[in-house]
Amino acid sequence: MAEGLGWWGVPLAIVAGTMRGGTPFLFVSLGECLTEKSGKINLGLEGTLLTGAMTAYGVSYLTGSPWLGILAAGLAGLVLGSIHGWLSQQFRVNDVAVGIAMIIFGSGIAFFFGKPFIQPSAPQLPTLNLAGSNVSPAVEAALQISPLFLLGLAIAPLMKWFFQSTRWGLYVRAVGDSPDAARAMGVSIFKVRMLSIMAGSFLAGIGGASLSLYYPGVWTERISSGQGLMAVALVIFARWNPMICLWASLLFGGAQALGPSLQSVGIKQGYYLFNAAPYVLTLLIMIVTCSPKRTLAGVPGALGMDN
Amino acid sequence: MTTLSSLPSARQLDRPPDLQVNGMTKQFGRLMALDNLSMHLKSGSFHALLGENGAGKSTLVKCIMGFYQPTAGELLLDGNPVQIGNPRDAHRYGIGMVYQHFTSVPAMTVAENLVLSRFGGAGIINWKAEIEALRAFMSTSPFQVPLETPIAQLAAGQKQKLEILKQIYLHSRILILDEPTSVLTPAEADEVLGLLRQQVSAGELSILMISHKFREVMAFADEITVLRKGKFAGSGAVSELTVADMAEMMMGEQKVPTPVQKTSLPNATPVLEARQLGANKDNGIAAFSGIDLTVHSGEIVGIAGISGNGQRELVEVLAGQREAAAGEVWVNGERYTATRAEMYRHQVCALPEEPLRNACVAHMSVAENMALRTFDRPPQAKGILLLLQAIRQMAVGLIGQFSVKTPSPETPVQNLSGGNVQRAVLARELSTEQIKLLIAANPCFGLDFAAVDFIHTQIINARNRGVAVLLVSEDLDELLKLSDRLIVISDGQFTYQSQTTTAEYAAIGHAMAGH
Ligand SMILES: Nc1ncnc2c1ncn2[C@@H]1O[C@H](COP(=O)(O)OP(=O)(O)OP(=O)(O)O)[C@@H](O)[C@H]1O
Ligand SMILES: [Mg+2]
Repeated sequence: MAEGLGWWGVPLAIVAGTMRGGTPFLFVSLGECLTEKSGKINLGLEGTLLTGAMTAYGVSYLTGSPWLGILAAGLAGLVLGSIHGWLSQQFRVNDVAVGIAMIIFGSGIAFFFGKPFIQPSAPQLPTLNLAGSNVSPAVEAALQISPLFLLGLAIAPLMKWFFQSTRWGLYVRAVGDSPDAARAMGVSIFKVRMLSIMAGSFLAGIGGASLSLYYPGVWTERISSGQGLMAVALVIFARWNPMICLWASLLFGGAQALGPSLQSVGIKQGYYLFNAAPYVLTLLIMIVTCSPKRTLAGVPGALGMDN
Repeated sequence: MTTLSSLPSARQLDRPPDLQVNGMTKQFGRLMALDNLSMHLKSGSFHALLGENGAGKSTLVKCIMGFYQPTAGELLLDGNPVQIGNPRDAHRYGIGMVYQHFTSVPAMTVAENLVLSRFGGAGIINWKAEIEALRAFMSTSPFQVPLETPIAQLAAGQKQKLEILKQIYLHSRILILDEPTSVLTPAEADEVLGLLRQQVSAGELSILMISHKFREVMAFADEITVLRKGKFAGSGAVSELTVADMAEMMMGEQKVPTPVQKTSLPNATPVLEARQLGANKDNGIAAFSGIDLTVHSGEIVGIAGISGNGQRELVEVLAGQREAAAGEVWVNGERYTATRAEMYRHQVCALPEEPLRNACVAHMSVAENMALRTFDRPPQAKGILLLLQAIRQMAVGLIGQFSVKTPSPETPVQNLSGGNVQRAVLARELSTEQIKLLIAANPCFGLDFAAVDFIHTQIINARNRGVAVLLVSEDLDELLKLSDRLIVISDGQFTYQSQTTTAEYAAIGHAMAGH
């Protein structure tokens, strides 16, 4: 699509790719952020993402309404979240272990029910046109914006406000930082974590929907390519701050778009290397942010502990 | 039975209700933590709850608060039986508690914690209005704490004041305090308790305080109830009792404190030497720097200071829990980096503060925790195999020797009472015969007087055997009693050094405050 523009196509493609590729990251990382703020880790969001993608695609195909597909994807996430929320809070159960099991479970469900939807094409989400009418078709195509992206943009500041200025937000932070303190205040740790995990999974499910109904807009079994797991790294990078999650998601989305956009202007060398950019970025973040000498600012005090 | 809805909210109670506990029993598994205990907290009185470590004091107040569900027993408020299912119910009856461990959320600000502590209320918080209301509240409250500061940045004393402020903010009429002064300096403790005493005398508040400090009980309390092994062991008016009477009720026998007897040792050699030592806090800011310190064999060097002035980090560096940012440490004339092998070779023992967090694996058993230093050596190991029988046997021995109160050696250490965790760690660290260097931080934090006496005697005995002891403590009396040489640390620097015999109280106070 960027061929007509020559080298200008590269930044344009990256901007477009940032919005497209960043959307699932945005939903999953916001979901993970909410979950981790309550003190539990949900690695299972990788599975939730796949289940969400499959459900959205399937429901959109069967009913003809992509919006119903999105809702169904969120609900499917909610169900997976409630399983994780219940299991990971049982006595002597580790949330990371449950998360890995949930990755396998979620992808298994998606592959099992998704088989019949690989071939047919489902109605896609309509997009909004950002560019005016007098630009070249290449630019116009690049600047198609999904309402899901806008929704994600709105949720990030909303979540920040939620953590700061609502009683429930304070509960979530209290439970994640100091369960003993929360218990002393009569807050039910089980309920708060359960609801946080479920809401987080709901968002991740919608993230899945954006994969299959927006970009790349198909349903295949390899569609998530580890984005759910990268979102966990992204949340650490974002210091558990929803607004930074937003910028970090865009960064990851941009990194993902690097390979394809260079390819579109004919750079073939190192194609696979550029495609690996998000993974390299994840590794780098992990290395840079870990240090035995200081604790991470913003990390919920009880994150990943068995209590 | 009074139902919650028919009850006036805490705000409307104009006088503290009369609280009666009848036949309270609480069982943890086979352990009777509380056995048919009754007590009476009269309206507008200051009542102290005494007892040895593990006597069941915390369990009793947690049952009153609805934090634990008692196995049997009832609560009467102004003569009416009430059911308290959780701390939220307790609050509605006007009962509030300051727990033994802080219950503010470290990552949140003072203002956020105060608003959070208010049960119920609007879902959306109007911060502008809240901050204004909080400012107004602060201006009339007995102590001040900065509203915008995150809890993690408050010193221990300020945190404790905040915990009490929270209850005043919540209009609690019965205030339960679980060892409220263990983290305060004596002056701070007197200030806080004095202000609360005024409110009690004015008839606005009843207080039920757990304490190990007779001095405070004598100065502030009206009445006492004593627990022994979960059972009622006595009660009475403070004005009619002496410290010896109270101690006898607690222990069931008379006990005189062991006098401190120091023997002077010939040819003292330097054991621990720190040169230009420096380390950073968690946030990367320097905790202390340029510290020169020598501890000789047969000498106790005491480090005094208000908490948060670099003591914790100093102990962590010496115990191998933190990397030094600058300088070096020498032990017995060799470079020392506090690895496990070096600690074993030089026989270095460490008793860090907050032992449950810093020196124990909380969910592992008492026996396993006691073996942490020795499990991989004979007689507890043979090759790569652990001899569980030997580990258990050693634990049983230590539990007896140090009188650790635990249901069994297999109990997870986190289920022990605060004082008994301390004993378990002490038992592990002092079990080797030939220790050369002992590093102790607040070793008597939260211990009953018999245990304090026991530990002081152990430390003095170690010194008399030629052990070099570095004793970091916030309790100045303890330091003046035990140490040979006294150093004051303030803001990461040594600001005062003197032999204890010639130390001046006023100069120490000034140095601690950083002048
Ligand atoms: N959650 C629990 N599970 C099992 N046993 C417990 C639990 N909590 C307390 N215990 C046991 O109950 C007994 C009483 O403990 P409690 O904490 O009430 O003592 P305490 O009087 O407050 O002592 P301290 O002065 O050391 O704080 C102890 O033997 C302790 O091991
Ligand atoms: Mg206690």
